[in-house]
Amino acid sequence: MDFGQFLSYIASGTVYTVGVTLIALPAGLLIGTILALFYVYGGKAAARVMNLYSTIFRGIPPVVLLFILFFAVSKGINLSAFWAGSLSLGVVSSAYQMEIVRGALLSVSGDQLMAARAVGLSRMQAIRYVVLPQAVRLAIPPWSNEAAIVIKDSSLVYALGVPEILRRAQLIGASSQQYLLAYLSAAVIYFLLVSLTTRMLNHLEQKLSIPSNP
Amino acid sequence: MPKPILTIKNLTKTYGQNVIFQNLDLTVNEGDTIVIIGPSGTGKSTLLRCVNLLTRPNEGQIWLDDLEITAKGTDEDQVRQHIGMVFQNFLLFNHLTALGNVKLGLTRVKHLSDEEATEKALHELSRVGLADRADHYPGQLSGGQQQRVGIARALAMDPRVMLFDEPTSALDPELIGEVLEVMRKLALDGMTMLVVTHEMGFAREVADRIVFMEKGYIVEEGSPDEMFNHPKFDRTREFLWKITELYGKKEKEAE
Amino acid sequence: MLTWLGYFERFGKNFLRGAGVTLELTAVGLAIGFVLGLMLALARSYGPKWLQRAAAAYIAVFRGTPLLVQLFIIYYGLPELGIAFSQNVAAYLALGLNSAAYQAEYLRGSINAIGAAQMEAGRSIGLSKWQAIGYVILPQALRLALPSWSNEPISLLKTTAIVFLIAVQDLMAEGKRAATTTFDFVGIYLAVAVVYLVMVFALDALLKFLERKTKIPGMDIETRR
Ligand SMILES: Nc1ncnc2c1ncn2[C@@H]1O[C@H](COP(=O)(O)OP(=O)(O)OP(=O)(O)O)[C@@H](O)[C@H]1O
Ligand SMILES: [Mg+2]
Repeated sequence: MDFGQFLSYIASGTVYTVGVTLIALPAGLLIGTILALFYVYGGKAAARVMNLYSTIFRGIPPVVLLFILFFAVSKGINLSAFWAGSLSLGVVSSAYQMEIVRGALLSVSGDQLMAARAVGLSRMQAIRYVVLPQAVRLAIPPWSNEAAIVIKDSSLVYALGVPEILRRAQLIGASSQQYLLAYLSAAVIYFLLVSLTTRMLNHLEQKLSIPSNP
Repeated sequence: MPKPILTIKNLTKTYGQNVIFQNLDLTVNEGDTIVIIGPSGTGKSTLLRCVNLLTRPNEGQIWLDDLEITAKGTDEDQVRQHIGMVFQNFLLFNHLTALGNVKLGLTRVKHLSDEEATEKALHELSRVGLADRADHYPGQLSGGQQQRVGIARALAMDPRVMLFDEPTSALDPELIGEVLEVMRKLALDGMTMLVVTHEMGFAREVADRIVFMEKGYIVEEGSPDEMFNHPKFDRTREFLWKITELYGKKEKEAE
Repeated sequence: MLTWLGYFERFGKNFLRGAGVTLELTAVGLAIGFVLGLMLALARSYGPKWLQRAAAAYIAVFRGTPLLVQLFIIYYGLPELGIAFSQNVAAYLALGLNSAAYQAEYLRGSINAIGAAQMEAGRSIGLSKWQAIGYVILPQALRLALPSWSNEPISLLKTTAIVFLIAVQDLMAEGKRAATTTFDFVGIYLAVAVVYLVMVFALDALLKFLERKTKIPGMDIETRR
């Protein structure tokens, strides 16, 4: 086997790594955003529940939470390791994404919400048309950081048997007895994925940035 | 017989133990410009916020025309459409252009079509002299321009009454004039306005009545002539003297 | 519920032993990471151009790849070059090298916040560049970094939970063993999660306490701006 084949075998795991990320990240964003909206606008009781969710889920190591959710999900419904792992990772990420969205909402809310209500917008409209569009922009930099973390954490589903980059590196490392090369190749691919994502989100941030004269 | 647009009766507002004002009465007639003056922390902003239902008074009533807006079950959003509000720190929507700021209420609250809203918004922007800045974002406008957009945004809703909360006190002296000029024109056009300001030149020239508030009470109210030239209370004279002294210099610079 | 509570009695000793290993991993990783992170931060801020670049590259690489991959390179890959470590040493190294990249960033942030003015002030009384760093910049930068740095111990504690994948006998490894004897994976990992939570909360309380103790009035990034 030449190096090209060796590398392309590992690289073909990228489909799974990207797949896991593309499920986990939006799932986490969806859950996180809903929870953040409850946290900020749902009154005291909701805020307390959300705070508890956040504290507990962010206090447990991701791999432990991933295992709990994975085995719980697998026991309940018949899902492939890929889907169960991805969704579980999404839940793990949701608590962190909730904090990101909450921070962004809080720093926009207040005065901007009041100004929108003064024009006659309802609370929902004010959140939808005034607070959220600004919060999204504020959330991009920390969210970009979270996206990088989810890409890296997607390597944890290796332990669930999903044939992503790290798993494939391990398999081909074992069969060729070239572990160093295999894992270094995996590292390079992860690094490229993370850099590419960060760069793309940087670009998005610049594109969405609101023009202003200093 | 002048027609009251805004009638405030027995209004009381407290934050916890802290009584901001108590049993306050005030009437604003159609086409009038009422200027409220008074020391910091007296409850002027709170009063305006009560009128716009941005905060709920504890007791008392407010009528807008014949509608009691403080009654239970009032549609707040409906009421706010008819009351324009201009804020001290402008509070433009930072993610929208000048045009977008003025259009938002038109499309989302009044449900105008995009074209109608654009046309109306451009009209309002030209009223405040900013038609050529329509596609600028707040961050690209000077403070004075931002505040004029804020006024256009409120005007676009065709309010019955406009509330101004110290609209020029966050502005550099050289930018105050352009905003006051817009307000003066509005008053001349017959808009009903309730203005909190310390710009005594404006008050003297434009106000139909000046209301002096202190520690949650209306100490005295009257025409500019009465208030400036023969106030009934020493407190009024003292305050007016101090404020003219303090702001007079700033005003001269603005001219 | 009763069976679940029973796990703590049945596996309590194992969990405690594992938790001990987890704390040890955290402490060693933190120490290695601090020393190396400090060197990286200084290299990035005050080193010659090539060293600045090397430090930046180190930080980017270790932050841009999964710790698990770093761990596997060290434990499974390096022996091919004749460099072999025991599981625990490989874990210490991976955690330390990884944490260094993050700690370097915290320290660099506060070194930048202290700013060039303090350096000039130091040089103006005749200190050499490295004396100024040692006597003027670092004493301030380390204190200033404390609030943001204090995330790192907790973050690292949680991160250690993956080293059971090279068979280090930490809390997670004990959990896995218990899970395969009871076949109640969810229940056991929940119990393990509780033990982690207790450690995380305790560490958090300790760090908050230390932060309060070492606070210097008027000295934090917020009031500085
Ligand atoms: N949301 C609130 N919660 C508690 N107290 C408040 C709140 N808003 C205002 N206050 C208090 O109410 C009092 C009156 O405030 P208000 O802003 O109405 O005064 P003001 O006359 O507008 O003063 P200024 O000239 O400084 O704007 C102040 O003592 C203020 O601290
Ligand atoms: Mg005020």
